Amino acid sequence: MNKEKVIVAEGLTKRFGDFVAVDHISFEVSKSEIFGFLGANGAGKTTAMRMLCGLSIPTSGKALVAGYDVFKDTDNIKNSIGYMSQKFSLYEDLTIRENIRFYGGIYGLTKKQIQDKTSYLVDHLHLQNHQNSLVKSLPLGWKQKLAFSVAIVHDPAIVFLDEPTGGVDPVTRREFWELIYDASERGITIFVTTHYMDEAEYCNRVSIMVDGRIEALDTPKALKINYDSASMDEVFLKLARKAVRGE
Amino acid sequence: MAAVIVENISKKYQVEKTKVTALNGISFEVAKGELFGIVGPDGAGKTSLFRILTTLLLADAGAARVEGYDVVKDYKEIRKTVGYMPGKFSLYQDLSVEENLDFFATIFNTSISENYDLIKDIYQQIEPFKKRRAGKLSGGMKQKLALCCALIHKPSVLFLDEPTTGVDAVSRKEFWEMLQRLKLQGISILVSTPYMDEASLCDRVALMENGKILAIDKPSIINSKFSKPLWAVQSNNMFALLKSLKNWEAVSSCYSFGEFYHVVMKSEEKGSREIEEFLMKNQFQEIVIKQIDANIEDSFMALMHTSNE
Repeated sequence: MNKEKVIVAEGLTKRFGDFVAVDHISFEVSKSEIFGFLGANGAGKTTAMRMLCGLSIPTSGKALVAGYDVFKDTDNIKNSIGYMSQKFSLYEDLTIRENIRFYGGIYGLTKKQIQDKTSYLVDHLHLQNHQNSLVKSLPLGWKQKLAFSVAIVHDPAIVFLDEPTGGVDPVTRREFWELIYDASERGITIFVTTHYMDEAEYCNRVSIMVDGRIEALDTPKALKINYDSASMDEVFLKLARKAVRGE
Repeated sequence: MAAVIVENISKKYQVEKTKVTALNGISFEVAKGELFGIVGPDGAGKTSLFRILTTLLLADAGAARVEGYDVVKDYKEIRKTVGYMPGKFSLYQDLSVEENLDFFATIFNTSISENYDLIKDIYQQIEPFKKRRAGKLSGGMKQKLALCCALIHKPSVLFLDEPTTGVDAVSRKEFWEMLQRLKLQGISILVSTPYMDEASLCDRVALMENGKILAIDKPSIINSKFSKPLWAVQSNNMFALLKSLKNWEAVSSCYSFGEFYHVVMKSEEKGSREIEEFLMKNQFQEIVIKQIDANIEDSFMALMHTSNE
């Protein structure tokens, strides 16, 4: 179907002194794909993600994100992506409306676009009665759904999600994934890390990093066959146990 | 006598102009030597409960006893008796691994060598780094050091507040294996977690949400009380399948679980035959439908649903 590549990485490497945090990783992610980026703590996921977001210049290798070079075009990359993590998401002391306006403004949306987006999001997330509440007064699950919606308020080519559902209740966690599927249907590429192995099953393809390298990359179905496992949890345990280096 | 007795504990916080209820009349007991899990998402009230039981926070109402001591009146005794590992890493970042452990041992009037047996198993994994500052340790190693520091005075009750949050699947598994070994030493353990799958590793669990307990029992018994038939459903184009099932008026609930959706029908009369007919009529292919037993996450969501009604 759609073969347009949104991320192309070739031999991407990052060293800190003698330590090779990310060791020649190569992979491609297609437009509107949901790509799971898994690995044990310390496998190199965060470093790899920081390079792809234009926040850290690689030591060697090549990578294009939304068509831009991670060495030279980091400003363009930042304009083309969204980012959300469990730790930093929204401004707690601003209201829901203010957060949307703030992020819309940062990403250069017009006043009209911001107005349209605000009413769409408030409606879509059923926040009509809370739009003027401070974000800190909201339950975590609502915050995370709002944070995701705000991270894609500018319709980026790709959105990076760093453990977006940690600590979220099981119902909201599933609603969150419905938002992810929705965004993917609208053509946004999803790059997501998670510690919940059932969520790995919801990805189109999954890569598993071990000691700085991509040890496996395939659809969840193929990974389970190749590693003779009943679940992604089992695949992950089999691969991550091979890790030599500590965290 | 039970290791922990909680009777009708309530706690509210003032946030801006509104009162937020953290704990709403919670009661339960933990038997001696039991591994008891408090399972629930962020905001359920787990940390408030732990802080009340470790005498760091006063409840608005209710009473609680730990090893027979009252959490208000006998707070000094409780502090000597329990070990507490808070959710947030709270060791001294500027002290080395060894210095932290030595510090906590000294505070409790003991020494590392005196209780080395208890922590040996865990401490040996971080001993190669004993000269390293705690602040420079990885997440997994910090977690092990914190557990050692909570154990060094040989507590009879151990409180672990979300010890596995943000920890990868391999380290989580190892951590639970450590807890099983500690249990064998006769220590009563209260552990909280947002990961539903960890419930099955506890002797008994309290499922918590919004300051209330949804259920307390052995995980297998909680699951056996899931009253309706549960169907695992799979087909090609899973997202379209989800939308179809959710819009079908015969469906009571439909949640994703790995590569399947778990479906409960409104009427128990309707089963795999009706689901299959519906999916075929809607052009789905590669259909798989099987009846399954509920797991703790199915139970949790069903209970959440009932309690919100």
